[in-house]
Amino acid sequence: MTVIKLPTQLRDVAGGAAEVTVDGDTVGSALESLFTQHEELRGRITEDGELRRFVNIYLSGEDIRYLEGLETPVPAGGELTILPAVAGG
Amino acid sequence: MNAKSLTCRECGFEYPLEARYVCERCFGPVEVAYDFSGLDGDAESLRRRIQAGPQNIWRYADFLPVDGLPAGAHAGLPVGSTPLVKADRLAAALGLGGEVWVKNDAHNPTHSFKDRVVAVASARARELGMTTLACASTGNLAGAVAAQAAALGLESYVFIPSNLEEQKILSTGVYGTKLVRVRGNYDDVNRLCTELSGERDWAFVNVNVRPYYAEGSKTLAYEIAEQLDWTVPDRIVAPIASGSLFTKLKKGFGEWRELGLIDGADPVMNGAQATGCSPVATAFAEGKDFCKPVKPDTIAKSLAIGNPADGPYALDIARKTGGSIEAVTDDEIRHGIKLLAETTGIFTETAGGVTTAVLKKLADQGVIGDQERTVIVITGDGLKTLDAVRGSFESYEVDPNMNDFITTVEGQALVS
Repeated sequence: MTVIKLPTQLRDVAGGAAEVTVDGDTVGSALESLFTQHEELRGRITEDGELRRFVNIYLSGEDIRYLEGLETPVPAGGELTILPAVAGG
Repeated sequence: MNAKSLTCRECGFEYPLEARYVCERCFGPVEVAYDFSGLDGDAESLRRRIQAGPQNIWRYADFLPVDGLPAGAHAGLPVGSTPLVKADRLAAALGLGGEVWVKNDAHNPTHSFKDRVVAVASARARELGMTTLACASTGNLAGAVAAQAAALGLESYVFIPSNLEEQKILSTGVYGTKLVRVRGNYDDVNRLCTELSGERDWAFVNVNVRPYYAEGSKTLAYEIAEQLDWTVPDRIVAPIASGSLFTKLKKGFGEWRELGLIDGADPVMNGAQATGCSPVATAFAEGKDFCKPVKPDTIAKSLAIGNPADGPYALDIARKTGGSIEAVTDDEIRHGIKLLAETTGIFTETAGGVTTAVLKKLADQGVIGDQERTVIVITGDGLKTLDAVRGSFESYEVDPNMNDFITTVEGQALVS
């Protein structure tokens, strides 16, 4: 079981939920489980099966692009956070 | 106001001018779009209207997303109208036949260009009814937000990486802000603030009111054009952290060209990064149109953004204008700071060292023509990063008498 935290911008298409509990032992399979529950999220988060350029996903605070992307293993009880990419400065 | 909507840069979807930074459909960044057709008169009367405005960025209010001129108790700190200095000795030191000019934005109230973006963000935040300013900062933004909040009588929260330079911490805390030191790097700070911005009713200047904030950088382009007597330089060298300043410089020149205020082609745009945090320069060199995030390790902490969201746009601009994005080492950065200081009398922080070092690199490569007019954008003050120059020069210690001075300093015996 993995918890995915959704940003405010995505909660309206997830029935208002701030967190969704999913199955899956990689980031990609966890996302699939999320999309099974809330199909509309698929097009918001991914494009042609890849993570959209301006979507960031963090596993316990680490950007998955620094890890193994969608192949990154998710340990039991892991927490994924989805956030929009924001330019800094 | 001439701003009409927030438009997604990826899919083009439009939103009203609210506190929003991301497109709900594709998560792309949204940007302020304008309709300037309501601006009366020809180019000459527009120029006169600008010149009759105040000696700060609000002379460009027609081109910014604000309702009229912030005035009275809402005026805030006066920002902008910084010097553009012709740097003949710097040009000579680099063997350049053309002109080099230094846009010295350390001349702002908190000594960096961030005062521009914060002025616009806080003006719009107030119009939207928000009463608390906040930011995620690599240092310069922290001071700018804390000072502007103090000037406007607003509450503020400032989030910084805990290992920031002491000068930046001290010169931020003094304004009475709630200073939050986050155990992590800038990208960690940014992530925390992105999460918080969804849960708090605050104006995070570089998160939920970012579209307005980013527009403030255009005023650098406007000022450069106005100071060069309504012309565009041939080349701009500017630092890249998130890539926002770089892209807004281009937008500023482009808007004024469309309005007939200036003529000619876009400047060649050269971006400057530190080797220790160069995701955009690396992507440029590899011919890619996206940036692979990196873990920053450089003395140029104000540029230490490992995951630059505007990187793809900066890459596009560098390529389309015939420019490039270069990276320089920490030693080259220190040398750049010294070079600028010794040839112009302008002491810049590490980011300005990066920019000056990239100018030197371009000069060494021979890509700058003899007839070119180049402007380098110096974004911050050297007093904020004093460690970068520690040990970079010699000094003398003498007893208070002529003899010791002459022996020690001038190296010769007193001749009677």
